[in-house]
Amino acid sequence: MSSYEARFKVWRGDVQGGGLEDFKVEVNDGEVVLDIIHRLQATQAPDLAVRWNCKAGKCGSCSAEINGRPRLMCMTRMSVFTREETITVTPLRAFPVVRDLVTDVGFNYTKAREVPSFVPPEGLAPGEYRMMQEDVDRSQEFRKCIECFLCQDTCHVVRDHEENKPAFAGPRFLMRVAELDMHPLDAASETGLDRKKTAQDEHGLGYCNITKCCTEVCPEGIKITDNALIPLKERAVDRKYDPLVWLGSKIRRRSS
Amino acid sequence: MATGTEPHLNSGGVRTGTRAAITAPHLRTDRWWLAPAATAAGLLAFIVYSTWRAFANADYYAAPYVSPFYSPCLAENCEPMRAGPNWDLFGSWWGISPAIIILIFPLGFRLTCYYYRKAYYRGFWMSPPACAVAEPHKKYSGETRFPLILQNIHRYFFYAAIPVAGILTYDTVLAFRDENYEWGHMGLGTLVFVVNIVLIWAYTLSCHSCRHIVGGKLKHFSKHPVRYRMWQWIGKLNARHMLLAWASLVSVALADFYVYLISSGVFDDPRFF
Amino acid sequence: MSVVERQEWDVVVVGAGGAGLRAAIEARERGARTAVICKSLFGKAHTVMAEGGIAAAMANANEHDNWQVHFRDTMRGGKFLNQWRMAELHAREAPERVWELETWGALFDRTKDGRISQRNFGGHEYPRLAHVGDRTGLELIRTLQQKIVSLQQQDKKETGDYESRLKIFQECTVTRILTASDSGSAAGGSRVSGVFAYERETGRFFVLEAPSVVIATGGIGKSFKVTSNSWEYTGDGHALALLAGAPLLNMEFVQFHPTGMVWPPSVKGILVTESVRGDGGVLRNSEGKRFMFDYIPDVFKEKYAQSEEEGDRWYEDPDNNRRPPELLPRDEVARAINAEVKAGRGSPHGGVFLDVSTRMPAEVIRRRLPSMYHQFKELADVDITAEAMEVGPTCHYVMGGIAVESDTAAARGVPGLYAAGEVAGGMHGSNRLGGNSLSDLLVFGRRAGWHAAEYAAARAFERPEVSDLQIDTAAAEALRPFSAEGPAGGVDDGRPPENPYTLHQELQQTMNDLVGIIRRAGEMEQALEKLADLRVRARRAGVEGHRQFNPGWHLALDLRNMLLVSECVARAALERTESRGGHTREDHPTMDRKWRNINLLCRLADPTGGLAATDPEHGQITLLRETTDPVRPDLLALFDKEELVKYLAEEELYQ
Repeated sequence: MSSYEARFKVWRGDVQGGGLEDFKVEVNDGEVVLDIIHRLQATQAPDLAVRWNCKAGKCGSCSAEINGRPRLMCMTRMSVFTREETITVTPLRAFPVVRDLVTDVGFNYTKAREVPSFVPPEGLAPGEYRMMQEDVDRSQEFRKCIECFLCQDTCHVVRDHEENKPAFAGPRFLMRVAELDMHPLDAASETGLDRKKTAQDEHGLGYCNITKCCTEVCPEGIKITDNALIPLKERAVDRKYDPLVWLGSKIRRRSS
Repeated sequence: MATGTEPHLNSGGVRTGTRAAITAPHLRTDRWWLAPAATAAGLLAFIVYSTWRAFANADYYAAPYVSPFYSPCLAENCEPMRAGPNWDLFGSWWGISPAIIILIFPLGFRLTCYYYRKAYYRGFWMSPPACAVAEPHKKYSGETRFPLILQNIHRYFFYAAIPVAGILTYDTVLAFRDENYEWGHMGLGTLVFVVNIVLIWAYTLSCHSCRHIVGGKLKHFSKHPVRYRMWQWIGKLNARHMLLAWASLVSVALADFYVYLISSGVFDDPRFF
Repeated sequence: MSVVERQEWDVVVVGAGGAGLRAAIEARERGARTAVICKSLFGKAHTVMAEGGIAAAMANANEHDNWQVHFRDTMRGGKFLNQWRMAELHAREAPERVWELETWGALFDRTKDGRISQRNFGGHEYPRLAHVGDRTGLELIRTLQQKIVSLQQQDKKETGDYESRLKIFQECTVTRILTASDSGSAAGGSRVSGVFAYERETGRFFVLEAPSVVIATGGIGKSFKVTSNSWEYTGDGHALALLAGAPLLNMEFVQFHPTGMVWPPSVKGILVTESVRGDGGVLRNSEGKRFMFDYIPDVFKEKYAQSEEEGDRWYEDPDNNRRPPELLPRDEVARAINAEVKAGRGSPHGGVFLDVSTRMPAEVIRRRLPSMYHQFKELADVDITAEAMEVGPTCHYVMGGIAVESDTAAARGVPGLYAAGEVAGGMHGSNRLGGNSLSDLLVFGRRAGWHAAEYAAARAFERPEVSDLQIDTAAAEALRPFSAEGPAGGVDDGRPPENPYTLHQELQQTMNDLVGIIRRAGEMEQALEKLADLRVRARRAGVEGHRQFNPGWHLALDLRNMLLVSECVARAALERTESRGGHTREDHPTMDRKWRNINLLCRLADPTGGLAATDPEHGQITLLRETTDPVRPDLLALFDKEELVKYLAEEELYQ
């Protein structure tokens, strides 16, 4: 067991303002950044606000920015830093701050509601669903998402442009559209809902310039860009920029 | 409360008034600038080199090798290549380098490629320069409007890239002739061409549009077992799309440079048999 | 006292884990306007930690499976202490609850013919657990969360407001269930009238008035030092029910999972899944010995291998060999590990070694146990393909809980109060089988929501009143930590307030050491004294800062609940003089058939809801023994007589 004293800078404050506060704190073998934040709470700053829950990388609550990079505090081991390094911890910088390390992630819940839910197929009773493993594989990858919202935080479309928030669902919820569009039994199209088209028209898929930061920060290792966003872009092309399909829909519209 | 309380900021992006008041555009301590800088340098080097070579209109043919920049050669002012990719479709009015006619297609393919988009959006346009590093632009509309909405035509360039790759394959086959057009030859140039065409195909087939067309667009893989297997195979290539993009970019430039060296007489093509 | 905002709802659900969300969906679908209150963000509940699967006799993997077999397994697992009607309903309804999830968008792993795949698990006779890799709990939560969103989308279409009929109050904590009496007493009475809660973000108080309240707050693990549970597991629901006048049932039964991580300290307690042993992992002590062979109890002697060679052959040929003792029931393995460590044969960090590295090639380990491989690699720098893991018992689940009616999930004695999930007692008896918790959530979550909605509908025109006096009392209680100096002139005058974090650590240490996996009368008496002392000090737990997102304050309030629940566990454990399932007495090491039909009920000593905190002698809890209803004959007929003889007393057998 070797322990040492580390230097931390933790952002403290609220929507009125705030700044980086310096701390010196003990670090023991095998600890993660969240342990250090907890030690600060227990010994130096009992009212230091932080969200956390499972502490095992499964719930996605303790998202923050550590040395400027969006990460889960419970999965960032202290051993990745040198002992001399000053470690800076700030709240997510794409969302409004509530207090200290806690931000208002309501944006994500608003966006979640805007994606139309799974549409069960007509005429199939519970217990009659039959799906092949190869058909559910793709959507299952996206359902590994723990909703830590690090991808939403790092995406420059909204991080650097507050004004894009109304028009852009963000990687997490575009991935949700992809998940439903690839669900083998989703019956949205039977009800007249074209998820491929709405991905671009209503959820802002066009804002994505596939610079892949969402994939880089995903703690679950989901290939968000390659497996969800780009395939969704290609599906939108099928609907909107394929001249044959476009011509066909024009003719159908005229004749009806 | 916290020390060093800062005045309230409100200049957009991470400095929007409701967000945590931090002046720095980013707090990254690692060398985040290295990747975009290297990308930009690499792409820039290729642009300079390829522009010189494309407009040079010289030293692109040394039997049996034709530079991939000039293949197929479709104007009357092309150097004659016996049984080579050399069809006089454009006639005599085409005055400038015939490379320009054909380079449009690979250029368009790479320009709209999902990997290169990431590379130049980050490297040149700094949108964003790196993850969680603020971008310098006030406005951002991504690929929602003209001209960037045109990125959606990537798949048509993919279609065009297939015959181009086919012709380069043909060139590679022809590289097994010697300078007198006799079969049964292999030189160092042949090897360079083989490596290049393998990388070109791997890059072309690993394209995201290709992955979509082959199988990605399907809702039920279980009903299309052959396409499912092809999709899986292309998926494996696709995971290395970035690597293949760079490798094929370097190899195509090397193949051209090799032809240039032979053609301009710097040295003779070493022969294996 | 300041004016506190009030809202009217039909059903209030406390807790947004599997049970709470399932209850909310059911209540809303039955027409009740439903509010859900949860401490964390929506979708972050502890249910996401469940890995193995949902037990349901769908017979997809083995056609012989049916609800009777599932019922039998559950009763055996619980050592016949289960509330048998709950076990019956659970086994009957679990398949429908799982299938229903598919119609809401869940994607389980599939069999070759496209049905839901089912896996083997300890104590289940057939492969029975519907699963999604090792993240079944996440799939369950996400599916329920998305179903709620879809109901809100419907409501938006019809009423223009997403939250008109179903609203989630996230990051809010309930501190009191409010009650009304038929006589109209302002101090409250026996019927539920609503809840008193605060927003964690702002510290603002509010009251939701409702005739029905469903408690679905999960477990109590955070009262123990080493636990696989998250910070939310402070026994809130247990305490709220107690304070509202409902009894808790069989609180002595706490499941310790034998294999939790022991190092590094930051992850101590995190679960190492049972599949590690199922796939061939073995337990060794510091001398390198496979010690489990020394710990096979007599009743299991015929069923387990007596030599390492035989145990090793079982993995390949289970029909002609007996299984290795590493696969004994959870309680047996946990006790054995505990004994080895106490005897000084533990690993450097106080556990034992769980080794797969010498048992399987590296690539097989990475393929079969991907999440364990990553968990150790990322959190402990241990490559499990090259070295042994260090593991030890970790507090995992509480079988005891709020005493409920089996069919309606109604809490006994408090009309309008319902409970479902881990917070409800009875279903699992003295020991829970793996996979039965997720199915429990769904079956009884739905039943609680259903009956809560019906109860509320019947009282639509005579809603119970919420008195200002009750609200003021609750508000004063919640604000106490901000003015926590001792009473003027009293013994505490001038003493500094207690640090809630310190109190919490002491509580966890006490419960871990004195009411942990192996219990002794003397230690538990000591624990009760320590709890009384902590209770007095907790009255003076003080916090700095203000009410806006103040974790110190939140902890100070949760301490009340943890102390109440811990006292229940300690008192009940002291009372039950036998060893059964999750309750092991060193001084009473065997199961006693006379205790089979005895339930221990905990009630508040002062039924008015006041907490007699300053009197350490009496404590806050009184115990009551109750004899359970005999098992229905047709259910009893599912077992062989020889088996029943082991569990049931003579007079029960020949009734």
